[in-house]
Amino acid sequence: MKKVTADKGLKFDTQWTYAPAPESTDHIKIKDRYDLFINGKFTPPSTRKYFDTINPATEKKISAVAEASAADVDKAVKSAQVAYDKTWSKMQASERGKYIYRIARILQEKARELAVIESMDAGKPIRESRDIDIPLAAAHFFYYAGWADKLDYAFPGKKSSPLGVAGQIIPWNFPLLMAAWKIAPALAAGNTVVLKPAETTPLTALKLAEIIQEADLPPGVVNIITGAGASGAALVNHPQVKKIAFTGSTEVGKIIQKSLAGTDKKYTLELGGKAANIIFEDAAIDQAVEGVINGIFFNQGHVCCAGSRLFVQEGIAKEVLRKLKDRIETLIIGDPLDKNTDIGAINSKAQLNKIKSLVQAGIKEGGECWQSSCKIPTKGFWFRPTLFTGVAQSHRIVQEEIFGPVLTIQTFRTVEEVIEKANNTPYGLSGGVWTDKGSKVFKVSAALKAGVIWANTYNKFDPTSPFGGYKESGMGREGGLHGLQPYVNLQ
Amino acid sequence: MAVKSPVKIKATNGQVVTKSAAPVVKRAEIKKTWKMYIDGKFPRTESGRYYVLKDAAGTVIANICKGSRKDLRDAVVSNRKAQEGWAKRSAYNKGQILYRIAETLEGRKAQFVETLLMQGTSHAKAQAEVESTIDLLVYYAGWTDKYIQIFSSVNPVESAHFNFSYPEACGIVSVFATEQNGLLGLVSMIAPIIAGGNTCTVMAAELFPMTAIDFAEVMHASDVPSGVVNILTGPRKEFLSHASSHMDINAIVYADLTSADQKLAQINASLNVKRVIDFSKEALLSPYRIFQCQETKTTWHPVGI
Repeated sequence: MKKVTADKGLKFDTQWTYAPAPESTDHIKIKDRYDLFINGKFTPPSTRKYFDTINPATEKKISAVAEASAADVDKAVKSAQVAYDKTWSKMQASERGKYIYRIARILQEKARELAVIESMDAGKPIRESRDIDIPLAAAHFFYYAGWADKLDYAFPGKKSSPLGVAGQIIPWNFPLLMAAWKIAPALAAGNTVVLKPAETTPLTALKLAEIIQEADLPPGVVNIITGAGASGAALVNHPQVKKIAFTGSTEVGKIIQKSLAGTDKKYTLELGGKAANIIFEDAAIDQAVEGVINGIFFNQGHVCCAGSRLFVQEGIAKEVLRKLKDRIETLIIGDPLDKNTDIGAINSKAQLNKIKSLVQAGIKEGGECWQSSCKIPTKGFWFRPTLFTGVAQSHRIVQEEIFGPVLTIQTFRTVEEVIEKANNTPYGLSGGVWTDKGSKVFKVSAALKAGVIWANTYNKFDPTSPFGGYKESGMGREGGLHGLQPYVNLQ
Repeated sequence: MAVKSPVKIKATNGQVVTKSAAPVVKRAEIKKTWKMYIDGKFPRTESGRYYVLKDAAGTVIANICKGSRKDLRDAVVSNRKAQEGWAKRSAYNKGQILYRIAETLEGRKAQFVETLLMQGTSHAKAQAEVESTIDLLVYYAGWTDKYIQIFSSVNPVESAHFNFSYPEACGIVSVFATEQNGLLGLVSMIAPIIAGGNTCTVMAAELFPMTAIDFAEVMHASDVPSGVVNILTGPRKEFLSHASSHMDINAIVYADLTSADQKLAQINASLNVKRVIDFSKEALLSPYRIFQCQETKTTWHPVGI
């Protein structure tokens, strides 16, 4: 790969260096091995099979987790069904809410431990897990706890009732946060849950299982089973599951939608994206550059709503590109537990290989590749922040979701042109608009066919804010009032 | 559906009207050619195919276009062309156009009663069905500038941002009109879909295509822009596999497909993550019919100087 060294304008570490500032791991408690959390207890898997979960920054094993077989999934679903029939659906709504509040509170109490484990298991910078993932997860439980006894006011003209057992499958990019997004609204609406975390990042979900024990939730209300694709498929296809909530790739989402054909199961899908981030000439350029950096390099680019296609208006393209390169040269890649780290480890070897092969495809198709000259550790999975210029709409790296720290840059002249280019994708999860002109914000944000639009900001999340995609980026919304609807029957 | 013998009208809603009930005419009648409605025009099917509709007495009522996959594709192209413009019309204007459809229909009540009679309904039922349909159009005309308020929210996020969510049209909807209630069933599916800024292609009920074509004429005379609603007649089974696997259709709406057909639609829908919506689960008069064919868009903007 051709690597061009950037000009040294803002290369801070030539002037001074950051002393290492690692977050301590002394205080965290991780068991050597985790069983399946079924019916309020940690239960060994029927097959006695376990698999390792490693730290992607060191490739060292952190713990082993159980692999749920179809029989284990069945056991979990049945215990959720019993809990639904006997306790959870019968409980007074305000009491239900109080249990969810408890979870939120304990999450806050254990925030530091959870943040460290999240960074170890997922490779994400501690600054992000500490300031975003864990606080947002707690906030989600806190928000939805309050809905439990207010559902009569949520849907005008309708009465809501719970569905039953919800099967939930979550990805590895925001492990605990995604668990919160899924579990909190499900419980608030009166459903019980079987949740399967991603195979590479199961630990914080298992810590959440301990918290759920500590909160004394009735057994079976939340079950957490670990495993890979087969365990997920068993959950999707289980006849007693009334609702499937999936966050993950569009490819798997389509398989799930297909396998649910002919059933009465409700489903929500939060799938991939290829968001356009658009900078107009009248934008505050420095802020826009910061936003673009955050848009694509947040969480190593492992974000379904990452702003992976940058569109810059022609007149400022040169300036933006220079500022982007300067800024990227200042980013620190390395130990996820170091508080100075901007970009952590790629989540897994498989993901690293996928990023590498797409970047190779980009170079092959004639794109011009530029990478940060930063040092990267020798052990672990790493990928330098990468820019592509000279790319066309038809290039694979412009069309396909890379899910890594790789940004493609294209230019445009008119508003109409950029809207057309931005919408020229089967995805429609998110988009960004940078301009100082209010009327342009509204014109462009209305024209983008995507579920979340960040105007003069990017990658912001909140429990009250509905999130979800148009077109092949999925269906249904999570978060806010809209996020309740997938978990209720309306009559 | 591959029908070998001509289709016979079944009386699903009341008595069968036989030949003897028809008025005696002194002059040679001008018989209507029942054509489809695509992009604001009334073409025959490009396939040149047709099927024959007979009444219970065996008299030929009409030759109906047996639409093809190409007709569907043409219809979807015109839907896509029309969608953005239709969605951008003001809510007020969309409401006025829906109201205008009601007005036009009111003026042509007698014609629709006659067609429904031909399709096997009793006079009283036909009359009631047409009147309910007109009222339904007025109902949805009134929703165009209200449903957005009902289903929107300003979200009190923790950070210094202004954040709001509102529904937007999901795009192109393919509609499998119900076989029950040739007019009311049809319009109760079209009205909420277009009230929400979508465009649609309707596969008319195979046994009751005439009310659908008559209704196309009503829309045509009511300032509904070309391509907002297209109506195809012909074999629903064929249409179902074409429409559900079409990559530029965003949603499928049906109300009375068999469970096997529903499953087929749902399997094909996964090709491009189409929304699959069963209107039979929602009342005829309900803003939730509109909402089901919408996407929620959330917009963030910083608050500050």
